Amino acid sequence: MNTAPPSFGKSVFELLSSMRFAISLLSILAVASIVGTVLKQAEPYANYIIQFGPFWFQVFEKLGLYDVYHAAWFLVILTFLVASTSVCIWRNAPNFAREMKSFREHVSEQSLNAFKHKHEAPIAQSPETLAASAQHYLEGQGYKVKHLAREDGVLLAAKAGSWNRLGYFLAHSAIVLICIGGLMDGNLVFKAQQLLGFKKIETRDIPQSQVPAISRLSPSNPSFRGSVQIPEGSSADVAFLNVADGYLVQDLPFTVALKQFRIEHYSTGQPKSFESDLEIFDRAGNKIREATIAVNHPLIHDGIAIYQASFADGGTRLTLRGWNLFAPTAATFPIEGTVHQEATLTSTAGDYTLEFIDFRPFNIENMGGEIEASGDTMSVLGGSPVSDNRHLRNVGPSFQYKLRDARGQAREFSNYMLPLELDGRWYLMSGVRESPNESFRYLRMPLDAEGNIDSFMRLRGALLNPELRPEIAARFARQALPQEAWNTEIEDKLKFSATQVLALFAEGGFQSLGRFIEEKVPEPERDKAAGTYLRILELASFEALQIANRQAGLPAPASDDVTGWLVRDTLNSMSDLFVYGAPIYLQLMQYDEVKASGLQLTRSPGKNVVYFGSLLLTLGVFFMLYVRERRVWLRIRPGHALLAMSSAKHTIDFEKEFAQHAQALDTLSRQASSPAH
Amino acid sequence: MELALNQPAPLLKRLSWFDWLFAAIVATGALFALSRYGDYMDIYEKAILLAVIPSLAVFGWFWKPFRPLFLVVGAISLFAFSQYQGNLARMEEAFFLKYLISSQAGIMWMCALFGLATLAYWAGLLARSGFMLKSGSTLTWSAVAMGFIGLMVRWYESYLIGADVGHIPVSNLYEVFVLFCLITAMMYLYYEARYQARQMGAFVLLVISAAVGFILWYTFDRGAHEIQPLVPALKSWWMKLHVPANFIGYGAFSIAAMLGVAYLLASRGILASRLPKAEVIDDVMYKTIAVGFAFFTIATILGAMWAAEAWGGYWSWDPKETWALIVWLNYAAWLHIRLVKGLRGPMLAWWAVVGLFVTTFAFIGVNMFLSGLHSYGEL
Repeated sequence: MNTAPPSFGKSVFELLSSMRFAISLLSILAVASIVGTVLKQAEPYANYIIQFGPFWFQVFEKLGLYDVYHAAWFLVILTFLVASTSVCIWRNAPNFAREMKSFREHVSEQSLNAFKHKHEAPIAQSPETLAASAQHYLEGQGYKVKHLAREDGVLLAAKAGSWNRLGYFLAHSAIVLICIGGLMDGNLVFKAQQLLGFKKIETRDIPQSQVPAISRLSPSNPSFRGSVQIPEGSSADVAFLNVADGYLVQDLPFTVALKQFRIEHYSTGQPKSFESDLEIFDRAGNKIREATIAVNHPLIHDGIAIYQASFADGGTRLTLRGWNLFAPTAATFPIEGTVHQEATLTSTAGDYTLEFIDFRPFNIENMGGEIEASGDTMSVLGGSPVSDNRHLRNVGPSFQYKLRDARGQAREFSNYMLPLELDGRWYLMSGVRESPNESFRYLRMPLDAEGNIDSFMRLRGALLNPELRPEIAARFARQALPQEAWNTEIEDKLKFSATQVLALFAEGGFQSLGRFIEEKVPEPERDKAAGTYLRILELASFEALQIANRQAGLPAPASDDVTGWLVRDTLNSMSDLFVYGAPIYLQLMQYDEVKASGLQLTRSPGKNVVYFGSLLLTLGVFFMLYVRERRVWLRIRPGHALLAMSSAKHTIDFEKEFAQHAQALDTLSRQASSPAH
Repeated sequence: MELALNQPAPLLKRLSWFDWLFAAIVATGALFALSRYGDYMDIYEKAILLAVIPSLAVFGWFWKPFRPLFLVVGAISLFAFSQYQGNLARMEEAFFLKYLISSQAGIMWMCALFGLATLAYWAGLLARSGFMLKSGSTLTWSAVAMGFIGLMVRWYESYLIGADVGHIPVSNLYEVFVLFCLITAMMYLYYEARYQARQMGAFVLLVISAAVGFILWYTFDRGAHEIQPLVPALKSWWMKLHVPANFIGYGAFSIAAMLGVAYLLASRGILASRLPKAEVIDDVMYKTIAVGFAFFTIATILGAMWAAEAWGGYWSWDPKETWALIVWLNYAAWLHIRLVKGLRGPMLAWWAVVGLFVTTFAFIGVNMFLSGLHSYGEL
């Protein structure tokens, strides 16, 4: 040992190549990797602000926690790993290469004697004879044997499993290669350009064509991984790269056009395949090729792999019929919409913005029903593995939109196109929610005998119309009272009550009726009063429907259960209108679906380097773990043989093998003059 | 005299007629499947099927007990297929299917037999009863056979549900838990025979029993045993390679951890006189971690290659990928310490035990607590 203090470079070299450092690095890398799995990566920054608050948001941003695996400190750890591994290889390579070749023939008998694993045997035959048979034996055991003449006999130096050392090289160079390949596919070039101010992340929500050159990457960019959404019948010549809280535009060397996007479904309704029919054009507009891609079946063109990544609505055109829910008429207005676009509604209550969000051609719903518990063998086994999908049903198309008022407040709506059967009756459903975290609450509008919501809308209009109230009240009173009570004070009272109930209901549904009863009626009589009011309301509503039908030139409604339920459902539904949160309802009449396919485009020149590294790694690991390096020496003098064995790892297998060789020596040394061969 | 030298004969000369018969049966079966169903396979699937022939043959030659297991499982599975007569409803009518060898019956028998095996091993360990330990081995073998029959029949049933629904049963958490039990048990049986140390079974079967408990809960509480069609992302021949390779890794690491527990107990004098020698436990622990590490490496690489094809990048730092890396780093460090430093003893045993927690988190914890691309195995 040199007593002089080692130089700085030497110390660094020692540290980097030390096992302790390597193991620490492996552990640190493992712990650092955990961070990115616990904290969701690459979310919109707004989510992080909500989650952590402004202070911690900034702290975590500085630490790069939103994209841990590309943070500088993480790359530093990786760099150290590569450095440490490289230095290890550098340090051990010459030595190991020598070891692989060497038979260690210069070992002295004295040191062989000091081996822990040694075995001595007296021999009857000549050293050369034993050497020959022992060499034959060792070669049969997979050893390479070197026969060396010594002045008083023979030394056999044998080795096996040298590939273990080769495994070390392979596995460790593989790590370096994989990291280099990973770096080639990383965003280091962009990071450098960003640092030097040549490139900048775009954070504005502007059309792609307006993104300035400083936020665009050229088609010759060696590596990228971006995505783009293309509606059917459209094309794209760029991809978007999400970086931190913004994006970059990657110009492509070609144009991708989407002819068609298809989803196939299993009989149970789950998606079975997503496919896009693509066309590739060069920048001059000439078609180069056509291809269909699917999940797990990408297209590789010009070194760029195109993957089926997602799908969405590509701007379905919707034909809608709108109702002004608080207008005293059943009048409708037509409206056209396109998904991902907006429309403005002008009304006396103020202006609204309609934002069409999405359209879904299928909605697979579990229509309830408990799976009946059976007491047979299958239930002991947990039931049949054949799933019971009887309750899954496609309830047809729906579309989603937001209605934003002048103050910017918005609610989200989801309206189904087809009616749903609930409790034996049919309804048209409209869901509403205040924020995306909530689930939809549904307004159910009853269908009439013709299967339309027109009767509901007519009755709603009539009930909201104050001008009709005297007539409704009059008809109601006449219907309710025997003829002798007509034109009496009782009739006037009843008319008054009916008008009052109708007015209260039109003001705020059952809630305002309830409030009124609570204010005016003493507590013991409230239940009775509520019953009476409800009865008045229902009967008066039936009269209102009569009038509405007459005004619309339609036949009078039948006085049957169906109409009874229609009236009751209408009253419930109208009462819900006051908490529905929108002055309009939009019914989907027709649609022209346009789908969009989400593609991912990747150029990764490092991939083959990584794969080659992986191959080396696999070979290396197997050599290191399954090829045991062993050495055997047999020193033979006249009358005496000494067997010694060594290995880097003294496992049970090694002990067994040594015992076997020792026994073989005993057997061979007792053999008569010549070997059996 | 030559015999005593234990001279290795060339491989082909060491094979018995049974070895050849086994290989012939494997080849016949695979070629039959290829000729009959080849039209439904893509080129990769055909290649995998053909590669199965030499792999299984050599595996059977290397580990002889695999041959009868394979033949028994094959024969009973074929019998089960014939019982179906192409009709799923026969599952609840045909006697053998209903009580023994429909997929769910087979898997439940596997669960029961593993439970009994655990009891037998513990009885054998505590009572120093060779007979009980041997019963434990037999029960474990039976459980493995029933489990494989269950999986084979499940595979077949999935095609009966619908030609487009059919798929190899390694696609969801329920199926891979069964696979985990089987692979862990088979690896253990190999080492048990090789080291003549059945007492280890008491510990290894504990982790299998835990998995069995999970399977039961998952079946009865969640109905997870239902065969579901594959989501588009899983429709790939890579699944047939990636998933089993991964579970060789998980199974091996689990055995190592349980042996770590045995080692630690023995080193404190608990059960020490009943368990195999510390060196034996230590050696098996090293061997299992080595085999686990090798296969986990392969599985992760296969996973990366699949990801490159399905997700557009061989590495996305998805939580499952990252945790696979963490597991890999953990055992890489373990092996470095063991192989380079030559360290042995309680520290590495502890590490192997902790490794199981890391592995378990990568296996199920990620699916439970973290979201990402690997959302097929959600709880």
